[in-house]
Formats: sequence, C-alpha cells, structure tokens
Amino acid sequence: MRKSLNTLGSSLGAIVLALVICGVLLLVTGKDPFAAYGKILETGLTGEKLLEMLKRATPLIFSAIAVAIGFKMNLFNIGVEGQYLFAALIAAEMGTHVSLPAPLHVLFILVVAMVSGAAWASIAAILKITRGINEVISTIMLNYIALSFIQWIFETFFRDDSDGGLNVKTTEIASSGRMPDLVDNRLNGMFIVALFVAFLYWVIVFRSRFGFKLRASGLNPIAARTAGIPAKRMILFALLLSGAVAGLVAMPSVIGDVYAYGPSSTPTQFGFAGITVALLGRNHPFGIIVAAMLFGFLDSTSAVLQLSEIPSSIVKVIQAIIVLVVVIVNEASSRRYDRKIAERAALALKSLDVSR
Amino acid sequence: MRSGSVKPNQKSTIDKSPVVELANISKSFPGVVANRDISMRIERATIHAIVGENGAGKSTLMKILYGLHQPDSGTISINGVLTQFKSPSEAIAAGIGMVHQHFMLADNLTILENIILGYEPTSYGVLSLSDARKRVKELASSIGVDLDPDLPISELGVGQRQRVEILKVLFRGADILVLDEPTAVLVPQEVDELFVNLRKLVANGTTILFISHKLDEVLSISDEITVIRQGSTVATVAPNAVDRLKLAELMVGSDLPGHGERATKIGKNIQLSVRDLTVIVKNHKNPVQNVSFDIFESEILGIVGVDGNGQFELCEALLGLVDIQGAVEIGGIDASNLNVRERLDQGLAYIPFDRHREGLMLSASLWENALLGHEVSLSRGPMIDFDAAKKSCREIVEQFGVTTPNELVPAFVLSGGNQQKLVVGRNLAKAPKVLVAAHPTRGIDVGAQAAVWEEIRRSRDAGMSVLLVSADLEEVLGLSDRILVMFDGKISAELDPKKATPQILGKYMTGAQ
Repeated sequence: MRKSLNTLGSSLGAIVLALVICGVLLLVTGKDPFAAYGKILETGLTGEKLLEMLKRATPLIFSAIAVAIGFKMNLFNIGVEGQYLFAALIAAEMGTHVSLPAPLHVLFILVVAMVSGAAWASIAAILKITRGINEVISTIMLNYIALSFIQWIFETFFRDDSDGGLNVKTTEIASSGRMPDLVDNRLNGMFIVALFVAFLYWVIVFRSRFGFKLRASGLNPIAARTAGIPAKRMILFALLLSGAVAGLVAMPSVIGDVYAYGPSSTPTQFGFAGITVALLGRNHPFGIIVAAMLFGFLDSTSAVLQLSEIPSSIVKVIQAIIVLVVVIVNEASSRRYDRKIAERAALALKSLDVSR
Repeated sequence: MRSGSVKPNQKSTIDKSPVVELANISKSFPGVVANRDISMRIERATIHAIVGENGAGKSTLMKILYGLHQPDSGTISINGVLTQFKSPSEAIAAGIGMVHQHFMLADNLTILENIILGYEPTSYGVLSLSDARKRVKELASSIGVDLDPDLPISELGVGQRQRVEILKVLFRGADILVLDEPTAVLVPQEVDELFVNLRKLVANGTTILFISHKLDEVLSISDEITVIRQGSTVATVAPNAVDRLKLAELMVGSDLPGHGERATKIGKNIQLSVRDLTVIVKNHKNPVQNVSFDIFESEILGIVGVDGNGQFELCEALLGLVDIQGAVEIGGIDASNLNVRERLDQGLAYIPFDRHREGLMLSASLWENALLGHEVSLSRGPMIDFDAAKKSCREIVEQFGVTTPNELVPAFVLSGGNQQKLVVGRNLAKAPKVLVAAHPTRGIDVGAQAAVWEEIRRSRDAGMSVLLVSADLEEVLGLSDRILVMFDGKISAELDPKKATPQILGKYMTGAQ
C-alpha cells in the first residue's frame, strides 16, 4: 500500500515536471505556455470533452492491459497492433454471419475478437516455446505480416461489395450485434467493458494462483521453474491472455461506432500507444486507467489547440515527455524507496537484537 | 603442516626477480572472509600454479590482482613497484592479462577482429588491419600457434578459441598472464598442446599464473605451486617436492569434524532410488553417467566432488529439469516421467545451489517467497489465500529463526543467512519425504550454518531422506550416514564417514585415487 502511494506521488510529480519542461519548449518556440495550458484546461474540462476523454481512453486501457500482462512476466508483446487489427477484421466479419438475440450477439463478437487476438499472439508464443525466438522480434515482424494478411483477406473475401464497390469496409453488423451507447453518440458501452477488463486483470494477475505463477516467472524465471512452475506453459498462457485482451482494442469502433471493419475507419497505432500507457501506469490496473484517461484528455484537446494557433502536436510532445520523465522519476524513486526499506529493516533488526 | 618455501627449478637463464609480489592481502565481503593475509611471490618467466578447493578464495585473489576488487588491506607490487589497481584497465596497462574460463569472443568476427577489438590500430583515424595482422602472426608463431587470422571464430574448436584468448591478451602487451582453470574445457590432447604453447611463452619471458584444481596438470606444468585453503595461503611448494597425495592433503586440510548424534535409526524403506541415471546433453559429454544409489528413511547420503563433476546436473535430473535416461523413484513411485510439480507433490523438496539464482524472488516480499512452490495448498479455489500465505510465512520465520521485522519486507533486505533459512524453511515446512540439499550452508555465517544443520538433522530424525551435495567436506562428514564421491560424472567411491577423512575424500575428488 505504501509502495503504491509512493508510486502515485512520484507519478504526479513527474507529470508536473513534464508540464514545466513542455512550458519551456513552448516558450522557446515563442508561444505562451500559460495560454496553451489554459486552453487545454478550458476546453478539456467541458462535459463534452470529458466524455471524449473517456471514449479515447477506452482502447488505450485494453491495449495497455494487453501489454502489461506480458510485462508482468518479462515478456514484451510489441504485437498488440497486429493482434487487434486481425481480431477486428475477423470479429467484424463473423459478426455478420450469425443471428442471435442482442446481448448474446454482442458477446459472441467480443469472444471472437478475443479468440482471434489470442490466435495471432499464439504464433509468437509457439515460436518462442519451440524455437526460442525472442518475442520482441517475432511480434514486431508479425505486425507487418498481420497488416498485409489483413489487407489481402479483406480485399479478397470480406469487403462489402453490395454498394458497387464503393464501401471500403466489411458488411455492417446487424443492430443486435451493436454495443449500446452510454451517452448517445458520445460514449459507448465498451468503456464499461474496459473497466471490467481492468478489474479482471487485477483479480487474475494480482490475486489468483495463476497470476502469482505468472509474476513469479517474471520476477525470477529460474526460481519459478525450480519451484515447479512450468516455464513454457506460462509463456503460452501469458501471451494468449495478452492477445485476447488485445483483441478488444478496436471493438469500441467495430461494434460501438462504425459497426464494421474498414482499413480507414478502424483506428490504428493503439498497440504502440498501449506500451506507453502501460509504462506510465506501471502495469497496475488503476494506474493504467488513470494514465489512459490522461492521454485521452490530452488527445481530446489537440483539435482545439490547432484552432488557437498552438501546434496540436504539442500534445504528442507533452505525452512523450511525461512518459520519459515518469519512467526516470519512478526508477529513481523506487530505488530510493528500496534503500529506505532496507534501512528501516536494518533498524528494526537492530532493535530486535537489543530486545533479546 | 606448513611446508616452507622451496626454491623453483633453475630451468632457464632469464632473470627471475619477483614480478608480482602480494603482501598480506585480505578481503572480506559482507559476512564472508574471502582472503585472509595472503602473501605470495611470483618470479619472472615461471609458471606459478595456485590450487585450492572451490570457494577457497582463488578467484577473489585473482580478481584483486586484475583490479576487479580492491583489497581491504595488503599491497600489490608489480616489478618491484607498489601499485593499486582501481579497475582492470589499470591492471592491463601494468601488463596483466586475464584469460577467463568462459571465453569472451564474438563468434561472427574473425580471429584478427576479435584480437584487436577495443585496441584497434589506426593510422590517420583509419583502421589499419595489415599492421595488426602482421603483429598477430608474429605473436602466434612466437608461441607456436598456427592460425589463419582471417578465419571466423565460429569455425574454431575450443582449444583454438582459447589460443585466440591468449593471443588477445598478449596483443594488449601483457607479460603476466592469469589463466583461470584453462584446462577445464579441454580434452587431454588439447591440454598437451596448450602446455607446449605455455612453455614457449615462458621461454620468451612471460610470467604465468595458472589456477587449477587438477593436480596432475599442476604438477606437470608449474615451476612453483601455492596452495590456498579457506582464504589463506597454506604452503608454497616446488612440484618435485610433493606428490599428488600430499597436494590433495594440503588443499583440503586435516581437521576432523565431529559427528552429529542421532535420535533414530536409519529406516528400512527406500525413499529415493536412482538407477543408471544418465543426463543427456546434446552435442556434449553427458555430465552424469550411469549413477545409481538408494537412500533409506532417516538417512543422509552425502555427495562430494569438485564443482563441475556432475553434481549440479544430478540435482537437476532428480528435480525433473533435464532429459535423462534411467529411473528415479520417489517414495516407491516411479517418478522418471513426472514433471517438476508432480515430483514435488510426491514429497520431494529442493534446497538449490544458489539461493539468489534459483531460490528467491529478491524484490518480492518474504511471504510471496515462502509461497513459491506451495501455491496449491495456500489457495482457496483458483485464488491465493493471502491470510493463509502470510500466516504460513510467519510460521516459517518463527520456527526457523529468520531474523526479520515482519513477513512483508522484500527478500533483498535480509542477510544471506536469513535468506537461506527462509529457503530451507520453505522446503522443510511441508515435511517432505526426500530433501535434495545442495550447498545448504554455502556463504552463510556460522550461526546460521548451525541452525540449518540442526533443522536438517531434526527432519531426518522424523524420517526424511536427504541427498546432501556439498563442497564443504566438514559438513558432509559431520552430517552424512554414507558418502559418495562424484568424479567426472560418475560415482567414483562410496565411503563411510566414520572412517573417511578430508584427505581421503580429497584424493577421490581430484581423481588421485
């Protein structure tokens, strides 16, 4: 508990520090940092923009949790991008081929998305287990393979040609398969699903026996193996689980917004943003939700900044600097924290000796 | 027991003034004294062997000489000049070159590229390979090595790679060569070739420090031998003044430990049975060959051997971590095809060789460390039972006397002895049938050592069978009911601890008998 407070405090400090650094950058480029931050706060804190923040945070939460599951086992799943795009296409297409009552139809699509994401991730898992191929390399490569593969099956089999080939997406999913909106046209139910997945992530990774084995394998793989935790099986399960959560990243768009997969309508790049959010949130579910919302908040204001002649890319700069600063500050503060713990333990031990 | 210094053989006419002089070197690490008051004179153009058991302090001493560690007290003189090395680069500048046991070569570069790596000769900022090639060829021929400098390392055999390592340090201008267990990786023919090269080196005026525990080789190659035991120099002798037996005796010492009393008799049931166990390693010699033994209830079977003679692989095989031929029975049940988890469930427990590498999650709390391996019994359904896990940890802390403020602190705050007590406690808490204990007291203080021994004895009295693998002969003689000696992957002798002495063990361990 004290450790998470320590983390929270240092994260907040890091964000403030990042804002100061960005302010200096703005000053150097001849813009008024106070005006820029004022604008961000002014527009960002309206009800409309806050909803947009939640909406933008949703896929980031899924993606960051997918990455964090790997991180907890020292596995770097850089392939969330390919996994979720593959899952989006398969789930969108499968969703048009069944007729089920509303909640089941939605559930079916979500399950297909998770299974497809896991299936794509399993390639990297099998390569690692059988051939010892580093998952960083294989998942990066599989991203490129996924992009080409998706394009091919989309163009060849799944593209909706009912409209004379004008539609650049799959057939639309029937209304029974659509995720209802929480706030009309502003925020759909996937946000709740994201919070639920974050909760499940906490339960499974931090509370369950499976999660303990996973974390133990990450903390000291040799000790875990010696204690009877099968290393290969844990790699497989961790990557499958990571891929399954990755499969949900594009669902807010596929079943909540566009109701189809399309190369231009389905959002990209969330796989990589997820790595940053997981890093910022320190792989903790609460941290990830907060970090995703912070990124969502900053993203939601970028269009307005453009209008007031402040380059909207400043938002990306702020995000990048926050992550860098947070990583550095957290590293330093957790070292200081470790030292403090060791000193306190040494003191306590001394008093134990005296009392004997 | 202390033999006086004996003059080296006068074989060559080169000036033999001391080139390295170590005086009263002491070095301790938290809780361990690695070197105690070591003094040594190494004369120019000689081969000076340093022998001792594992953990005797040989490698710490060499690391001090090479600038990797700084001594707590004592001085180093090179060519009569008092020096202090703060880093290996300063030692290299003073002409000291180290050839490590594990080669540090880049496989996909050529011999030449590996040799010049870090010391690339340039002219006008451009790499000048031709000069370097010429010099490498000269160096090679001067020690009688015939190698094409443009061959990639990946095409070389082990012996040739070692030659490249030697050329590498010579290229850097070393005239004092430290060879750390150079023959450990070589087959006999390669050893002969190496010795030819080393003799040429010495004839050219190079001084060689030869670290080994292979007594035959030491006796045949060296001009002088210094024996180190428990961090101190025991003797410096000339090879023609001793024989293998005498050297083994010097290495292991002659103090006899007392035998622990026991409350119960050895039982009649076999709890661990090993038949014709061979550990298979692809493209390598099998590290364990046709090993068979039984351990009865309430019996401690000690296994001694110089590190690297198959003990580690034997433990891994018993645990189910490596491919084996042969049969392992735990508690009368064939465990040959069981995985690690299933074997642990059969009542096997394992105190690993290295608590940091194989035993603990250092950044995790004590209770999580105590939970490792006991996840199933400390769960409710699929969820970890946090309260039960913490309670179980508190019991281990209590019963095994782990000194800690509470069970929530991370494992890295504990001292080595307390960490080891936690690992031992975790394994004994569930009353296993068979305990494989590898170096159960390595690197911990005397108090913790006694506590660990006491716990092992208590569990033995309660019926547990123990396979005790240790390099500490005192420990093995004091605890074991029977002793097996492992040499070169095989059981070379079975001895009665009441009749055995460290000298006898030492002879078998080094293959002298």
